[in-house]
Amino acid sequence: MTDDATLWFAVLLTAAGCYGLKLLGLLAPARLLEHPLAARVSDLLPVSLLAALAAVQTFATGTELVVDARVAGVGAALVAIALRAPFLVVVGVAALTASLVRLVAG
Amino acid sequence: MSTELPWRTVRASVLRTGLGVGVASGAYALSIGALGVAAGLSIVQTCALSVLVFTGGSQFAFVGVVAGGGSPLSGAASAILLGARNGLYGVRLVPLLGVRGGRRLVAAQLTIDESTAVALANEDRGRRAGQLGFWVTGLAIFLLWNLGTLVGALVGSAVGDPRDYGLDAAAPAAFLALLAPRMRGRTEWTAALLAAAVAIVAVPLVPAGLPVLVAATVPVVMVLRHREQPYVEDSER
Repeated sequence: MTDDATLWFAVLLTAAGCYGLKLLGLLAPARLLEHPLAARVSDLLPVSLLAALAAVQTFATGTELVVDARVAGVGAALVAIALRAPFLVVVGVAALTASLVRLVAG
Repeated sequence: MSTELPWRTVRASVLRTGLGVGVASGAYALSIGALGVAAGLSIVQTCALSVLVFTGGSQFAFVGVVAGGGSPLSGAASAILLGARNGLYGVRLVPLLGVRGGRRLVAAQLTIDESTAVALANEDRGRRAGQLGFWVTGLAIFLLWNLGTLVGALVGSAVGDPRDYGLDAAAPAAFLALLAPRMRGRTEWTAALLAAAVAIVAVPLVPAGLPVLVAATVPVVMVLRHREQPYVEDSER
């Protein structure tokens, strides 16, 4: 049974938890990443995070690995990137390709 | 690499990237609006999720649990778990943003996948470019994400599935486009490919949203394994 008050409580709890985690990160001392080893990790972190995000959003649906039209879209985007297409073209090519594949595949 | 470009050129390029990512996310918010109402949330609750939680993965998790008949509290638990990666993003953004007081409170809410990605992808064009990337992307998404949610909640399932427009391929493509200019040497390729592989392997093993956190251990392991060797800067290669 999901009454309105329970839903509101859960919505606000989620908001407080998610905001708290975001703020906690920004409250970290800047010196945290000044140690030479930490600085090297943080140099490589953007590349790792971008690659992981791209991989997960291409292949994951919830906790399942799925190969669908997204793969075609991202593949087309890689071709566009290799051809040095501008950012918005890359994103557009990906969306267009994925939607066309879905249209054709039914 | 692009440090010699005039600021006006850099600014225009950062603005285009941030706004482009914002538009794609806004379109995606239509579905969180429609799904929220379909799951039994009121229109106000659905919109409150987008304004207050404002991190897509967590919102989809919350709505998914509620829609599946699960307890809203367990929905909250998985949503908060998913939000943990934003904390990691914050730690990395501290030296770049240099925000305090009220600005830090605002920046916290805007610390999400996309704003972090655009900020970090632009920070080697200068600190200003990285900061601009964060704020433009964060604010554009905040505006369009909430607008999209409201429209989606009002119109409901009539908006159709964003996947029909291929929007689920737009986000990973954007991340790859942001990644490409950073792939300067073997270290970057190793980190990127390993992180992608680790994240993929982690998908079926850990709750959604955590694979990215697991992949964040890749640079830690790489650095610790090679700490005995002298570090070669990218520019010296």
